[in-house]
Amino acid sequence: MPKIKLAENTIQLILNICTEFENKESELINVLHKVQNKLGYLPAEVQEVIAKGLNCSVAKVYGVVTFYSFFTMIPQGEFPISICMGTACYVRGAEQVLAEFKRQLQVEVGESTEDGKFSINCLRCVGACGLAPVVTVGEKVFGRVAPSEVKKIIAEYREGCRDDSKTA
Amino acid sequence: MDTVNLTIDNKPVVVKEGITILEAASGIGIDIPTLCHMKLDDLNIENKPGGCRICVVEVNGRRNLAPACCTNVHDGMEINTHSMRVINARRTVMELILSDHPFDCLICAKSGNCDLQDMAHKLGIREIRYKGEQSTYREDTSPAINREIDKCIMCRRCETMCNEVQTVGVLSAINRGFESVVSPAFEMNLDHSVCTYCGQCVAVCPTGALTEVDETGKVIRALSDPSKTVIVQTAPAVRAALGEEFDMEAGTLVTGKLVAALRRLGFDHIFDTDFAADLTIMEEGTELLNRLGKHLAGDKDVKLPILTSCCPAWVKFFEHQFPEMMDIPSTARSPQQMFGAIAKTYFADKLGIKREDLVVVSIMPCVAKKYECGRDEFKTNDNPDVDHAITTRELAALIKLSNIDFKSLPNEDFDNPLGESTGAAVIFGTTGGVIEAAVRTAYEVHTKKELPRLDFEELRGMEGIREATIDFDGLPIKIGIAHGLGNARKLLEDIQAGKSKFHAIEIMSCPGGCIGGGGQPYHHGNVEVLKKRQVAIYQEDKNKAIRKSHENPHIVKLYEEFLGEPMSEKAHHLLHTSYFDRT
Amino acid sequence: MTEYRMHLLICGGTGCKASESDEIKNRLNKFISDSGLQNDVQVVATGCFGFCEKGPIVKVLPDNTFYVEVKPGDAEEIIKEHVVKGRPVKRLLYTDPTTAKHISDSKGMDFYKKQIRIALKNCGFINPENIDEYIARNGYEAMGKCLTEMSPEDVIKEVKDSGLRGRGGGGFPTGLKWEITRNVENEQKYVVCNADEGDPGAFMDRSILEGDPHSVIEAMAICGYCIGADKGLVYIRAEYPLAIQRLKIAIKQAEEYGLIGDNILGTGFNFNLELRYGAGAFVCGEETALIHSMEGLRGEPTFKPPFPSVSGYMGKPTNVNNVETFANIPVIINKGATWFSNIGSDKSKGTKVFALAGKINNVGLIEVPMGTTLREVIYDIGGGIKDGKAFKAVQTGGPSGGCLTKDMLDIPIDYDNLLASGSMMGSGGMIVMDEDDCMVSIAKFYLEFTLEESCGKCTPCRVGNKRLHEILEKITEGKGEEEDIERLNELSMVIKDTALCGLGQTSPNPVLSTILNFGEEYKAHVIDGKCPAGQCKSLLRYDIVEDVCTGCTLCFRNCPVGAISGERRKPHYIDQSLCIKCGVCFDKCKFNAITLT
Repeated sequence: MPKIKLAENTIQLILNICTEFENKESELINVLHKVQNKLGYLPAEVQEVIAKGLNCSVAKVYGVVTFYSFFTMIPQGEFPISICMGTACYVRGAEQVLAEFKRQLQVEVGESTEDGKFSINCLRCVGACGLAPVVTVGEKVFGRVAPSEVKKIIAEYREGCRDDSKTA
Repeated sequence: MDTVNLTIDNKPVVVKEGITILEAASGIGIDIPTLCHMKLDDLNIENKPGGCRICVVEVNGRRNLAPACCTNVHDGMEINTHSMRVINARRTVMELILSDHPFDCLICAKSGNCDLQDMAHKLGIREIRYKGEQSTYREDTSPAINREIDKCIMCRRCETMCNEVQTVGVLSAINRGFESVVSPAFEMNLDHSVCTYCGQCVAVCPTGALTEVDETGKVIRALSDPSKTVIVQTAPAVRAALGEEFDMEAGTLVTGKLVAALRRLGFDHIFDTDFAADLTIMEEGTELLNRLGKHLAGDKDVKLPILTSCCPAWVKFFEHQFPEMMDIPSTARSPQQMFGAIAKTYFADKLGIKREDLVVVSIMPCVAKKYECGRDEFKTNDNPDVDHAITTRELAALIKLSNIDFKSLPNEDFDNPLGESTGAAVIFGTTGGVIEAAVRTAYEVHTKKELPRLDFEELRGMEGIREATIDFDGLPIKIGIAHGLGNARKLLEDIQAGKSKFHAIEIMSCPGGCIGGGGQPYHHGNVEVLKKRQVAIYQEDKNKAIRKSHENPHIVKLYEEFLGEPMSEKAHHLLHTSYFDRT
Repeated sequence: MTEYRMHLLICGGTGCKASESDEIKNRLNKFISDSGLQNDVQVVATGCFGFCEKGPIVKVLPDNTFYVEVKPGDAEEIIKEHVVKGRPVKRLLYTDPTTAKHISDSKGMDFYKKQIRIALKNCGFINPENIDEYIARNGYEAMGKCLTEMSPEDVIKEVKDSGLRGRGGGGFPTGLKWEITRNVENEQKYVVCNADEGDPGAFMDRSILEGDPHSVIEAMAICGYCIGADKGLVYIRAEYPLAIQRLKIAIKQAEEYGLIGDNILGTGFNFNLELRYGAGAFVCGEETALIHSMEGLRGEPTFKPPFPSVSGYMGKPTNVNNVETFANIPVIINKGATWFSNIGSDKSKGTKVFALAGKINNVGLIEVPMGTTLREVIYDIGGGIKDGKAFKAVQTGGPSGGCLTKDMLDIPIDYDNLLASGSMMGSGGMIVMDEDDCMVSIAKFYLEFTLEESCGKCTPCRVGNKRLHEILEKITEGKGEEEDIERLNELSMVIKDTALCGLGQTSPNPVLSTILNFGEEYKAHVIDGKCPAGQCKSLLRYDIVEDVCTGCTLCFRNCPVGAISGERRKPHYIDQSLCIKCGVCFDKCKFNAITLT
């Protein structure tokens, strides 16, 4: 893993978040949520600062980060694509939709495209089962997605006409 | 205490309320197999994740099987520990564990000493019906410990030792599901972590996932090199445990056989780390009295309490975790390193050989000693004071390899001049021993009077943190003792907060002290083994003609001939050290 | 307060929002202002109406007109025709599939006819972001009654008498749980709401929190009063941003109204609420794992006892209930235990919310009395199977549940019946499968889920489920052997018997229930090498019928892997060793010359 050097103000930001939660070890998950929300991901160096801020071992932080699928150590794409793999979506063809996204973008689940624009993840039930199969890009939800529509969805973002979805 | 009535395997029993099925069964001689569970009663150490599911038993009226290690008994319980349902489940669980475990038993470092292997044997596993993918991880080696975590079975014992007992915080369970394993953060190498190499993870690992770095090969090579003079030192706790490797009762003292074995292995001189322990007392005791004297004289710059510094894991612990307190521990080197420094100067001179031609091997109950002897400050012109440190277990392997029938060896004596020691040195091997040895000398030096008694029962025991006040002829000296780094941390935090009342504190990293070291024969979760070793250590002390370090004639001679006096410039150069901020 | 003559309720649940309900709302508002009606007509974004299949939904009050599948472009017509001229827009009304007639009032739709709404009573009726609307529908009345007229013991008795059982899956009697926690002495206790809904294909809790967050807040305060806790925590999935937002708004409003906080209604009772976020771990639905997660640890379950009611969050007595359980409480207090216990079956009282999904016409959120049969749910409410296909199975209980067959359609749904049939209630996911679904693949799908969500702590779940999955994979790849079925059975039984927590103990259920109910399908895979549903690609074979093939080369040109060869105008053939069974040739062939076996 390439070592990254955190900017002084990033370190301060993380430490401030820890302070906000009274530097309590038991607030680790809240802190991770907030830091990931600000930085987009949780690389090793960030976890080290959090460990310091909460006065706990970095192994513990890493143990927690790797336990919960919501936390990621890899930067997400500018447009994070999530394919719902809940049962309702599965029986309505989510697997084929996922396969098509992987094929179109040439990346595996959990990876980002080389240009950093897209990343693919699977998630479990967004609760829009009426629209199965469902794909989300950022916070935008696409319902009843057919594999043939995948190309169109990607193109929509690639051309940069949708800026409302830049959310982490 | 309320009692409950129950039956185990149709046998009625009356037991205390609140105990587990496992404990109740063990009380009537029913040995329910366990794998992840570990309980060291007197040390307050318990690992009870209820994860391996080997100890499941059938409880009448219960829907599923109950893990005996964490299910409490209740009145009227009917338990079956070996019904067909239980045996089938237990064997299947074992097969599942084995299905994700490498099959290299024959060449595994843990072979013959492996709890998993024993369990597979006990359960009569003859085939693995559920084969499939096995988890694979990168192997990691460090100056002291090897990690081969393909062999990890997620018993979590190492995690308990590293976090709860030692509070070092290097190991944690990571990932989840089939991918979960115990690892340092970011799966980094141990030598990049804050690991102290205390080796307690190694001491409790039921498989070959965590083992010491094997240096027996290097020792064999040195012994076969005619151009080298190879000498050996052996730590106090080794003699109280080595016998276990040869099926002798725990707590059997094998000092004489140990010396005989070393001689047969071909070492040129058989010396004793105990000699250096006496030397440590001279230096550390003097340092204590100096600091104490200044403190009593009102010198505000001098810091108390003074902390012992013989334990390399403890040294690395405070270098990582309490770098702002590095001026508190004694500057005295550990006995291993004092021995090396004297051997490669005083003794090499006596032999008339260059230090490069003298190889110093140490036999240690400890894996951190491997790391310690490699520290840069203990080298001269890149030549280490101690060349190789091997554990009690590695020595046993060497003895077996060299066709020596250990049990039938005669008792032999150490060589001189570095083989003579006192009872004070022997007790370095147990928690409380270093400080008791220091008291015996410091008292007499300070009061110029002879001690009325030599056994300080108030300093002995297995309690994690102990304290006592010793009357130095009207001067009450307050002493603290901690073993286990978690306990040490508590005392350090007190010092940090300005709440510590002690003048001197002894710290040993391993629970029980060196008798429970990470390089000792495996105790397999049996705390009685540690207690018996402790009894043996105090017995050896009693057996000694001289029991005070300052009365060791060869120590007196060493100061006369070579060092001058304790804390002299030469002593400072050879026998003291400094610490490094590792944060 | 302005008196509106008309209200337009528009679904603001996640599903309908995904279909641009926000935009519809904006446009409705625009046309209302354009028509100068802003003081007469109000648009309200509500929680889920339940009929997600036909979303977005707009309901007009007071005439109860129920518009379905509304698009932003329809807003103008709704305002100009219905609101201004009083003429309902017929084309947006629901069409009954059997009578082909438009139905204007939702009460007349089969989807709603058999439903009784207790937990969902306010979903789709009120604006969840406005506490006044909740209060207007008797909100916080139950709490007021408890605090001022009833002792904690009275309330617990009422809940016990109602027969309410935990809706999270286990079905433990709620009143009893409260009583146990009340009886543990401790200065500090906690009420925890489990909103970590994680079953794939279940969204009941999310809909309640999005549509009626105050009902949960009120119930938690009542629970706090009963057990002696002054602090409540909602453990909610971070993947539910809308529910989190609405819950936050609701907590703030309740605080402002003095309905939670210190000295509530002057009674001296204090109750404060905080949110804790889940982070994507299904196992955290298990209460000990949930508590560890709230404590900032890995969400690994621990052995019970001690139960959370004795030693829970931070080692203090903690009462954990799920969202739907709480949502029933205010109604029970207001209408009484007798009223509630008259609904439902013998041992399962009240209603249950189900998320109906899969191959069914009316996907949505439904609430039916316990004891309703699966047939009523699937055919009457759910409108039967999609595209006229044949019903094959219904899966209840999520990854811990099982698949029920058409022989079981007349089973009255309750905790005990489902358990006896080899499934379980679970949190209420109900996934319908048709003839195209391979039951071995379905079992594999659930195992994959469990495998990914297993915490890794105990051997049977960590390794055992991995091995189960590998065997299933082998079978779906056509490499299965007959003894694999027996192996699956044996291993499943041991996992059930030995796993540490509820997730592990129930994880083999999808395997066991599919073997039990669809054993023939397993046999077809391992003995005949066939997947009867045609879903397992490795077991499919595409062939070109020589006599029918015209040699048009269309299949040859479309085959993505070059597995088809042949000369123009001559029969082509498929190299089976190259074929990836993508089915493109089959779809493209205009002469039906390609067979699938």
